[in-house]
Amino acid sequence: MINELLDKLFQRNVPLTSKEEAKQRLKLVIAHDRVQLNPGTLELMRKEILEVVSHYVEIDSKEMEFSLENDDRMSVLIANLPIRRIKKTLTTTTAIEETKKDRS
Amino acid sequence: MSRIIVITSGKGGVGKTTITANLGVSLAQLGRKVALVDADFGLRNLDLLLGLENRVVYTAAEVIAGECPIEKALVKDKRQRGLVLLPAAQNRNKDAFKPEQMKELVSKLAQNYDYVLIDSPAGIEMGFRNAISAATEALIVSTPEIASVRDADRVVGLLEAEKIQKIRLIVNRLRPEMVQLEKMLSVEDILDLLVVPLIGVIPDDERVIVSTNRGEPLVLDERRPSLPAIAFKNLSRRLEGEEEVPFLDLLAAHDNLLTRIRRLFQS
Repeated sequence: MINELLDKLFQRNVPLTSKEEAKQRLKLVIAHDRVQLNPGTLELMRKEILEVVSHYVEIDSKEMEFSLENDDRMSVLIANLPIRRIKKTLTTTTAIEETKKDRS
Repeated sequence: MSRIIVITSGKGGVGKTTITANLGVSLAQLGRKVALVDADFGLRNLDLLLGLENRVVYTAAEVIAGECPIEKALVKDKRQRGLVLLPAAQNRNKDAFKPEQMKELVSKLAQNYDYVLIDSPAGIEMGFRNAISAATEALIVSTPEIASVRDADRVVGLLEAEKIQKIRLIVNRLRPEMVQLEKMLSVEDILDLLVVPLIGVIPDDERVIVSTNRGEPLVLDERRPSLPAIAFKNLSRRLEGEEEVPFLDLLAAHDNLLTRIRRLFQS
């Protein structure tokens, strides 16, 4: 009872208002509508980008984010890939060669 | 130069036809010559909302087929000088016509009228394609509901692809008391999402339904002005180029001491 009152007073643990929820959902769905990418393609793109990046650096796969957002009617692909460490053994050129080998 | 404006939304039932009717009347009240085109072939309703359904003889279909001259198909509104309606055919479907035919029809009207307002059907198929084909400006109608906003965004994308330069947004059926309680998307929220310039906000009001029952657009009733009627009139003045017409303070009607105090603390 008192907890609830305190929650209300200090706006703790308040769930999103329904309009905030609507706005968040719309943001997401509109971003996807605009690029007209299906989730499958997006997933494929995510995998490939990750593959390339992991040749050079070690990525923290738990912390990474990959999302589509909108900025002034322009769609933006946002990839947030936290780097754990740089791979020492590979120089740039060998990394590229390795990627090419993987592809073929 | 006459202005050719399509009223469209993507989603059905958001108030395109009601807005077209009221906008037509209020532009005519400002002394403009206005032709309303019902582009919803097969599901025509603009004649009903204007109360002109009993006077429809010929429709756009006969004009397109060359069976009658366009002047003969136009229904003059006897209550409002300068307003005419070109009814849609009711017995044919939307796919029976092509954008070229719509363009020809509209260009004929443009010779004699200051405004040609085209009431688009819902959806993004052929009927919509026809409706937007002749337009150089568009008014997008959206209600503060999730499905309507999403569809409006789709339509904006399609209009941009068709090179329609002037696209503006009308937010319809806003309920200020719900917005205040954060139970409804606000106009600002919708603008954030759609990024289209705003030209009008119409509050939700029972009188809109009563006026459609009677076939008398709200703006015709000059003796008992209603909030939505004022909003429609402001909208048409903005359309006329009066950019400085202020938006109504819709919250004022619902203000009481408690909400005022609450707002004081929120800000």
